[in-house]
Order: sequence, then structure tokens, then C-alpha cells
Amino acid sequence: MSAGHSTYTPKTGLGRWMDARLPLPRLVYDSFVAYPVPRNLNYAYTFGGILSLMLVAQIVTGIVLAMHYAASTEVAFNSVEKIMRDVNSGWLIRYLHSNGASMFFIAVYVHIFRGLYYGSYKAPREMLWILGCIIYLLMMATAFMGYVLPWGQMSFWGATVITGFFTAIPLVGEWIQQLLLGGFAVDNPTLNRFFSLHYLLPFMIAGVVVLHVWALHVTGQTNPTGIEVKQKTDTVAFTPYATIKDAFAMIVFLAVFAYFVFYIPNFLGHPDNYIEADALKTPAHIVPEWYFLPFYAVLRAITFNIGPIDSKLGGVLAMFGAIAVLFVVPWLDTSKVRSAVYRPWFKLFFWLFVVNAIFLGWLGSRPAEGVYVAMAQAATLYYFAFFLVIMPVLGLIETPRKLPNSITEAVLEKKSAGAPATEQAKG
Amino acid sequence: MRKGIFAMKNVLHGLAALGLGLTVATAANAAEFPIKKPVEQDWSFAGPFGTYDKGQLQRGFKVYREVCAACHSLDLVAFRNFEDLGYLDAQVRAIAAEYEVEDGPDDAGDMFMRAATPSDHFPSPFANPQQAAASNNGAAPPDFSLIAKARAVERGFPTFVFDVFTQYAEAGPDYIYALLTGYGQDPGEHAVPEGTYYNPYFLGSASLAMAEPISDGQVTYDDGSPETVDQYARDISAFLMWAAEPHLEARKSTGFTVMIFLVLFAGLVYLTKRKVWSAVH
Repeated sequence: MSAGHSTYTPKTGLGRWMDARLPLPRLVYDSFVAYPVPRNLNYAYTFGGILSLMLVAQIVTGIVLAMHYAASTEVAFNSVEKIMRDVNSGWLIRYLHSNGASMFFIAVYVHIFRGLYYGSYKAPREMLWILGCIIYLLMMATAFMGYVLPWGQMSFWGATVITGFFTAIPLVGEWIQQLLLGGFAVDNPTLNRFFSLHYLLPFMIAGVVVLHVWALHVTGQTNPTGIEVKQKTDTVAFTPYATIKDAFAMIVFLAVFAYFVFYIPNFLGHPDNYIEADALKTPAHIVPEWYFLPFYAVLRAITFNIGPIDSKLGGVLAMFGAIAVLFVVPWLDTSKVRSAVYRPWFKLFFWLFVVNAIFLGWLGSRPAEGVYVAMAQAATLYYFAFFLVIMPVLGLIETPRKLPNSITEAVLEKKSAGAPATEQAKG
Repeated sequence: MRKGIFAMKNVLHGLAALGLGLTVATAANAAEFPIKKPVEQDWSFAGPFGTYDKGQLQRGFKVYREVCAACHSLDLVAFRNFEDLGYLDAQVRAIAAEYEVEDGPDDAGDMFMRAATPSDHFPSPFANPQQAAASNNGAAPPDFSLIAKARAVERGFPTFVFDVFTQYAEAGPDYIYALLTGYGQDPGEHAVPEGTYYNPYFLGSASLAMAEPISDGQVTYDDGSPETVDQYARDISAFLMWAAEPHLEARKSTGFTVMIFLVLFAGLVYLTKRKVWSAVH
């Protein structure tokens, strides 16, 4: 979109000198000022910007924490407490970082659901979607390793359980587990390599984010109608329109973030992580952080053997499959229409999927026994059926509602209808 | 050697599998306990403008020193931190001087004992965890530095959702208060092993290794507060919350400023956004 017709004209002598040598101001101008965005984007589209902000916030707070943290099983727990008690504003930086991880995931889930709802993954945006899935995967690895660093009881036992998954893989499983742990059990080598990787992965995320934004700027953004930009009146300039709207959304998001940090900083954490890791004492209930709970429920839903696959391997496959299936979504959805706004049945199944995902999260926090197992199995079934059955079949049999001819027409239609319609009113 | 490694591997794999299996195995027990959920108490430090009651913290500290400190350490708290409780520098020095800590080695290479100074941490009643366990029927008394954040009874759905809006963050002190005031007659519905004491509020089972630790009149208060188990329990819970979260007041007061700023900023940016977009709509 931006390539080819740059409208940047340097105004100063220095600007022209720079432009002839390293046209960085031109790149910024074309990408974040003149870049045309659909005029009908709603607030669900502001989460990309919010995620960039959260990534920077996590890196900045993380770098400061790393100045005070010591990755040794002997002192890790107390070094975090030293940050909380004795480092100037250490409590603030630490709570920002630990709650920031949760906020990062809240934002990424809204971002992913928005993509699913408006069909943002469909051609020609498959690469954009896949890069997003890679970022999500890297985020999960980063968050998991970060949670181990305070060396509390949940850190230790969470790491033990999750690295234990890998032993389910035939032939190479044990080798992979030992490579992750740096030994036969979670111990000092594990903590050290997790710290190293926890510091590395965010920069890899930043790298993939650059590719993600690049891919976005090649295809342009989708919009709630799912119709491609056709004419100049369909778009507005990124600055000031998207900039100011993103800024507003970011500030509201920061207010929610601040509410958690300053008033309920431990709400999303587990009390057991304020107990130092003890290899001889297993907590009554090992639960991962809230953002992994749906996948944890999927893992534990597989309580039966399927042919040569025992229940443990089956659970691990289902859990990884639940993430892997996201990568092929662009090819699972057969619908010609992009946006759920014009797909009444898909809209219904989509919202069921959202409710089901939250339900899976709740089940992940329950003990895997009795009626919870059956519920987790039903919810897991719907999770996979949504992608593997509903998406391909619905695209072929559903009759979509009539699409407007252009974004401009859709916007004008809503205006003339008088009552501010839901999609547009927020914009 | 090789055989040894393999044996160890098996043990460790067993442990890892245990981790995976225990979630399921202990779930049945976990659902059963505690028998009673703690009742929410009023705390001065609750809510968006919560602050510690210094008088209460001093009383709680007195209870800790005279009762709890016999078994429970407070490793992460230094004497200098007691200035938070309203003590003057000289008072902190005097309190510290009442305790002895090990220092050294001196010029001759020997460790020696000296009076504590404000920079020292509160000395532990036991030399090491093994000694602590050996003196207490095999169950080492937990350190108290973080206990008010390390214990919480699960709130359950939908209460945990409401907790976001009510800013409920006092599950720790509520639990400690409930436990200390909750000892009572065993109704005989649960197995209470020899050497343990029935308490329906205990998180892990029906009874715990600690006997009822405090009784009415045991600690003398000089500010006229009632010398009852109920008051002692409130004061020690507040003190332990302070020990676990010493910067709570700074957090909440900073938070208020931050929230006011963000709300005003959001309002201004929203108006700007309306103005910018008015040409398009």
C-alpha cells in the first residue's frame, strides 16, 4: 500500500540530505502518517497498537528488574523480595511487569478474537495471520519462563509439570525434556536457561512484530465490513485519525492496567508463589497462569487412549493441536465473505466459541475429576469442531447477507439509518 | 556410576509424573478443605484509600515478639523497617539492641554474637529448617514474612469476579484471623491425627500441627485495647499484612494520583479525537 507512491517531501535542507542517504523519516512518514486506513475501523482494531505498547512496557520494566534479579535457586526468591521491599519503586516495577504479562494476554486475546470475527486471516492476509500466531506462541513461551523466575512454589511445580509434557513425545521426548531442564529435574540450570531465554524471546517477538506490521502495510488493514478499500473516500490518513483513536484506547487500557497494579496486584497471581520453591513439597493444586488455563483444560480432557496413543500423549497432542490449528485457519474457512457482520450463522458460532473458550479457562482452574472432566471433553470437542467442521462447512452452505458496494457506502448507509449502528457508533 | 544415574533418572521421572498426577490425585482433598471459609473482616488497609493503623501494627508486632517469634521467623523484615510502624530511629535502635545476631568472622577467624543494629534482619528462632522441624514434631513453622500473601482460601465463582470491583485483597489477613480464632471442639467428622489440633479454617486438612497459640490476657497492651484472642488475632493479621506488603500505602496513594491523571488524560484525548474525526463523520 505504502510502497511505490510515497508522498513524503522533506522540507528542510537536513531533511533532503538525510532522505538521499537513509530515508528513515520517509519510511516513518509513509508508515505512520500518510498510511491510509479504512475509515470505519472500530475500537476492536486498536489492540494492535495496545500490544505494541505492552511489549515495550514489558521490555522496559523487565530490563530494570533484570538489574536487580539474581538467577540462582539460592537467592532468586529473595532477590525478587528485595526488589519488592528495598529497591526504589521496585514494588511498582515488579507489579507492572507481573500484571503487564496478564494485560498483554488480555490484549492479544481481544486482538485474535477480533481477527477471527472479521475474517482478518483470509487472503491475501495469510502471512499476516501466521506471523501473529508465531508471536502468540513466542509470548506463551516467554510468559511461562518468566513465571518460573521468582522461584516460588507455582514457578517450580508449573515448570515441572509443563516440561513433563515433553516426555510424552515418543523417542525424543526425554531428550527434549532434559535439554529444557539442563538436567533431570527443575533446578539451577533450568532457572539459568529460562532467565536467559526470557530475556531473549521478547526481542525475537519484537522482530516478528516488525514482519507482522510489514505484512500489514503490504495488504492494508481489513475493516468491519470485510470489503477491500476501493476508493480514496474509503480511507483516512493514519495520522491524525488512527493515531488519536489508538491513543485514546491505549489510555483507557492503561487505566485498567493501573487499576490492577495499584489496587489488586495479586488478584491474577497465585498465593503459593509467595512460598519459596520446595522440591519436596507439592502444592495441593498445580495450576498455570490464567492465560494458559483453556489449554490446560484441553490437556486434561483427554483421559482415554486412542489406538496406540495413550491418554498422556493424546492430551499433549490435543493441547499443542489447539494452538497449531490456528495456523491453518486461513485455509479452513471456505467462506467467500470475510466479515462475520454479514454471516449470521458464523456470528452465532463465533460467540459460542468465545463463551466456550472462557468456559474452558474456568474448567482449567477446576480439579480434573467427576463432572468437570465430561464438561472439559465437551468444550474441547466444540473448540476443535469450530475450526475443523464449522469453519469449512459453514462457508459452503451459509447464505451471507447482502454486502455493501464499498466501505463508504456502508458508512453512509449507517448514517442515513439514523440510529448509530453498533459497528460504527464506536468509531 | 551409570547405574546410579539411571536410578536417579527414574526417581526424578517419577517425581515429574507425580507432579502431573498429583493435580488429579489431591483434587479430591483440596475441594474438601478448608471446612469453613473465613469471614471477611474490616481492615484499615482495605479499599482504595486504605492505610495501616500504626497503633495496631505496634500491637501486632508485640504479639509477634512475645508469642509467634518463639517458633516463626520473619526473615525478610529488617529492624530498620519498623520505622514504618511509627517508631523513632532511637526506638528502632533500642528494639534491635534487644536481639543478638551472629557476625564474623573476626580477625581471629571466629564467628561472634553482637547486639543487632537497624540494618540487621530479624533473627530466626532456629538455626536452620531442620532444627525448626525437629523441635516441632517434624513440621517446620513457616516463615512469617510473606504469609499474609501466601495464604488464601479460594473465593470461587462468581465471588472472584466481584472481587475485581470491590478490590478485595485481604484474603490473607482474613484467613489468619479466622485460623487463630477458629480452634474449637472437634465434631469428630474428620480424622484428626495424634499431635494435631482441629481447626475448621485450616487450608490443608481438618487439623494442624500448631496448638491454639494464644489465649486471652497473654500479651499486655499499654494503649487500652482489649487483651482478647479476637483483638490479638486482628492485630497480628494486620502486622503480617504489613510485613508482606510494606509499601501498600505508597501503592494505593500513588495509584489514586495515577488513576486521576489517566481519567483526565483519557477525557482530553477523547475530546481531541471527537474534534479530529468530526470532519470525517
